Amino acid sequence: MDAVMMLATTRRVLEQLRHDHRSIAMILVVPALLLTAVYFLYENETLPPGAPRTFDRVGLMMLAIFPFVVMFLVTSITMLRERTSGTLERLLTTPVHKADLLFGYGLAFSIMAALQSLVATAVAYWIFNLDIKGPPGFVVLIAVINAVLGVALGLLCSAFARTEFQAVQFMPVVVVPQILLCGLFVARDRMNDVLEAISNALPLTYSVDALQEIAANAEATEQMWQDAGIMGAIVLGVLVLASLTLRRRTA
Amino acid sequence: MSGPAVGNFPGTDDDGRAVAAGGLTVVRGRVPVLRDLSFSIPAGQITGLLGPSGSGKTTLMRAVVGVQRITSGSVQVLGLPAGSTQLRHQVGYVTQSPSVYPDLTVEGNVRYFGAMHRKGAVEAAEAIAAVGLQEQARQKTADLSGGQLSRVSLACALVARPRLLVLDEPTVGLDPVLRADLWGRFRDMAAHGTTLFVSSHVMEEAGHCESLLLLREGRLLAQLTPAELSRRGHSTDLEKAFLHIIQEAAEQPGPAAGDRKTLNGKPPEAESRDTESRDRSVR
Repeated sequence: MDAVMMLATTRRVLEQLRHDHRSIAMILVVPALLLTAVYFLYENETLPPGAPRTFDRVGLMMLAIFPFVVMFLVTSITMLRERTSGTLERLLTTPVHKADLLFGYGLAFSIMAALQSLVATAVAYWIFNLDIKGPPGFVVLIAVINAVLGVALGLLCSAFARTEFQAVQFMPVVVVPQILLCGLFVARDRMNDVLEAISNALPLTYSVDALQEIAANAEATEQMWQDAGIMGAIVLGVLVLASLTLRRRTA
Repeated sequence: MSGPAVGNFPGTDDDGRAVAAGGLTVVRGRVPVLRDLSFSIPAGQITGLLGPSGSGKTTLMRAVVGVQRITSGSVQVLGLPAGSTQLRHQVGYVTQSPSVYPDLTVEGNVRYFGAMHRKGAVEAAEAIAAVGLQEQARQKTADLSGGQLSRVSLACALVARPRLLVLDEPTVGLDPVLRADLWGRFRDMAAHGTTLFVSSHVMEEAGHCESLLLLREGRLLAQLTPAELSRRGHSTDLEKAFLHIIQEAAEQPGPAAGDRKTLNGKPPEAESRDTESRDRSVR
């Protein structure tokens, strides 16, 4: 690891993004707009007295799912371009370590994810009065871990795509099942055994679980930290797999 | 194997050789791309790699840089096996199609690749000046012309100040003035001790090199100087001379007798099959 090369990579990725106004809008503005849509979807629901609003449950989970989806998309395309344009091969002839590249990417998109999550969380709290027990700081933390998960999976998946079209095809394969089975639509303990077992193996499940802990408790719970730890371990594992796809010598 | 360069391995750069290859063979899939090449590249000079498109030039350059998986044989660069970690500071590689980030400025690109070699703003500005792009330094690379793009790619390698610079067709798409300018730059670098290994499929560029490797269908036809090329090919026009040597090689299958540097050890019957598969071996 070399801090100079890692930070240079982070800076370069952010610089590339800076010139791409549309991607910046997608990262910063679109989640807040979608959250607004979710709020108005449930605007007129009739609730029994004392029951929590659906927005408080669904809106909260959206805060974790947005960064995952967006960062997966942005990273897999950016990395695919790096692989196909020859810049990756060129970089790998320099003294840069693979870890500098991967963590440089991870850091750049984590910064963007933190910004995204600050915007979305602020909208949820201040405009739509999101009502949960735990502090918003933890919501942002889980959102950032989710974003890094998206980055790691995007880096890995880019190795199995030859074109940008193929890279986008990983969305329904990698992302949609996690959204379906994470507990957003049906509580996990009400799923059948097979689906629940699959759900247990998918990383997004743990972030939804962590958010439910934050929603139900004013203080951080052991369960929340455990979920965050599992997420972190999965992220590291995926990054190691991604580093195996960066080869200095090819046929 | 009968190549004279193979005898005194491991070749260090002490004996004046920046690169020494022995029996270098690359088979991609089942297609032989490079066959039993043995040659050396003198340090502090410009060595040209010439051959028709599809003859294996890029694969050979990749083997020297150390990014090509080789099937057998060896490549020593500055006294170390090609691709060694220690060489990453000393070998610069410019690929045929410009490998730069189109969404960064010229400066952004050169600064980034410089950072990988711990070089800063000063070296980056020098590298940009060396390819004559000072005025475009703050422009987005995507907005440049094709020739400018390939010069950005070159600057990204110059910024590291490598001891060995491997350039794959660096003058493709450049106008004659720029081409002459760039060759002048290369000669200047060689005079200051940099070893340059430059490929081209334009024979007239061979005249700029001090030593030439002639490649055809993955075999080394000869290693010689431009003067020797025009003498052996009976023409001062290097293109005609090269064609003549190819014809000669086709008429006399097997190792061309009398040329101490021709290292062609394969039986002639392999030739027809190779011609068919040549198209697939083009990278």
